[in-house]
Amino acid sequence: MTTGQKISVTVNGVNYEREVEPRLSLGDFLRHDLQLGGTHLGCEHGVCGACSILIDGKSVRACLMLAIQADGLEITTIEGLRDPQGGHLHPIQQAFVEEHGLQCGFCTPGFIISTVELLAGNPSPSDEQIKDALGGNLCRCTGYETILRSVRLASARVQAGKAAAHNSA
Amino acid sequence: MKPAPFDYYAPDSVEEAVALLERLEGEDVEAKILAGGQSLMPMLNLRVARPDALIDLRKLDTLKYIRDEGEVIAIGAMTSKSDAEDSGLLKQQQPLFQHASYLIGHRQIRNRGTVGGSFAHADPAAEYGAAAMALGIEMKIVGPDGERVVAAEDFYITFLTADIDSTEILTEVRVPKMAPGTGWSFQEMARRDGDLALAGAAVTLRLEGGNCSEVRVAVFGVNGSPARIAEAEQLLEGSSPADELFRQAGKAAAAAVDEPIADVHGSGDYRRQLISVLVARCLAEAVERAA
Ligand SMILES: Cc1cc2nc3c(=O)[nH]c(=O)nc-3n(C[C@H](O)[C@H](O)[C@H](O)COP(=O)(O)OP(=O)(O)OC[C@H]3O[C@@H](n4cnc5c(N)ncnc54)[C@H](O)[C@@H]3O)c2cc1C
Ligand code: FES
Ligand code: FES
Repeated sequence: MTTGQKISVTVNGVNYEREVEPRLSLGDFLRHDLQLGGTHLGCEHGVCGACSILIDGKSVRACLMLAIQADGLEITTIEGLRDPQGGHLHPIQQAFVEEHGLQCGFCTPGFIISTVELLAGNPSPSDEQIKDALGGNLCRCTGYETILRSVRLASARVQAGKAAAHNSA
Repeated sequence: MKPAPFDYYAPDSVEEAVALLERLEGEDVEAKILAGGQSLMPMLNLRVARPDALIDLRKLDTLKYIRDEGEVIAIGAMTSKSDAEDSGLLKQQQPLFQHASYLIGHRQIRNRGTVGGSFAHADPAAEYGAAAMALGIEMKIVGPDGERVVAAEDFYITFLTADIDSTEILTEVRVPKMAPGTGWSFQEMARRDGDLALAGAAVTLRLEGGNCSEVRVAVFGVNGSPARIAEAEQLLEGSSPADELFRQAGKAAAAAVDEPIADVHGSGDYRRQLISVLVARCLAEAVERAA
């Protein structure tokens, strides 16, 4: 049973059927088998948060899951956030660009994924709530201040977007 | 690939999983249960653990529940810690357990990590250990000979070792509800938010005619296993609450800690000092919350 086992996963809306060795991590599977390099691997033992992805809308560490455990699950990675028609960046990605929420960008996919989960559950978080939700993501470059600003801007945009949709309805 | 090779099984029922554990044990194959993987996967990636086989409980949806059973809230072992954190039932009727769930790691860890996995892993710095001692939580364990129920005091043996045999599975934790009017507090100190605690404490108590009663003081993170501290409880029991008394109880708790852990994160004396301060803070907050 150490040899390949068949799995079927949906990543960013696309279904993939692959054979995987049981010890293959989900992070390595996404990066090497599916060529989705946006999910970054830093520490590979759960500490840095760079590998965060969404499974059924919840953020999890891709380095702490086996690919085989993703059989039958729906995954969203950083590549899946861009809107598929117009190709525009997700509002959270756009806010990180505008507020300089990144320098080298290594940690950024993880921060953005964590922010997606945060704003889905709490569209207007306080600074304390932002820090709490992003506490599991490490950044060696920015000093975090611009990340905080990016999330504030994203939150304001999400709110404004909702208000606009409401008014036009 | 980081982990060493292993055989992989994902049984469909608890019975099947137990039978598999028993068969592999008979064949001298070292098998490990995989639950949320938030402790085991780092150990596999670092090759600190190199089991021959993994038995993944991910298909056991029957072990995912938080149930009101009258006096007790029953939590299935495969329930995620974020489900415990978000549970309205726990927030209302067992806020100490709910808060302890929230204090564990980060949201990403709690989304995958299971309640049962934390109990089974028995890390001395696990918040649930102190909750188990302070609240009198019981563990339901299933093995080849059927089911047994273990009290918290008997469950924790030492570092990373709980009273679960290699052919057994922890299926449920049974958390007594908090009686209305009970005051509680949970405090810990970690180097960074979400890190494993260097030391921590949990307290529950009631006020009867202005005096403390039914005082429970538990500490964790300081040595091999979480423990209740009778010396501190006795100082409070029947006494009128006062800051000086809380400080004395804190000192008594610190003195009662055997062989505190000393490592790169803090000396034994530092951890003892933390216990002294955290127990006193817990007592003050619990008295404030008691009605
Ligand atoms: C960055 C980071 C920070 C963390 N911070 C904290 C923290 O602050 N506090 C804290 O308490 N924990 C912390 N953890 C650990 C986390 O809570 C784990 O989820 C937990 O210790 C194990 O639960 P799991 O479901 O992930 O179990 P796994 O990792 O899958 O298993 C852990 C062990 O328990 C055994 N096991 C699991 N389930 C069962 C069962 N039902 N029956 C019998 N044996 C079983 C496994 O065989 C294994 O030996 C942290 C982890 C990380 C990566
Ligand atoms: S690579 Fe997964 S948490 Fe660091
Ligand atoms: S931008 Fe470089 S690590 Fe965060």
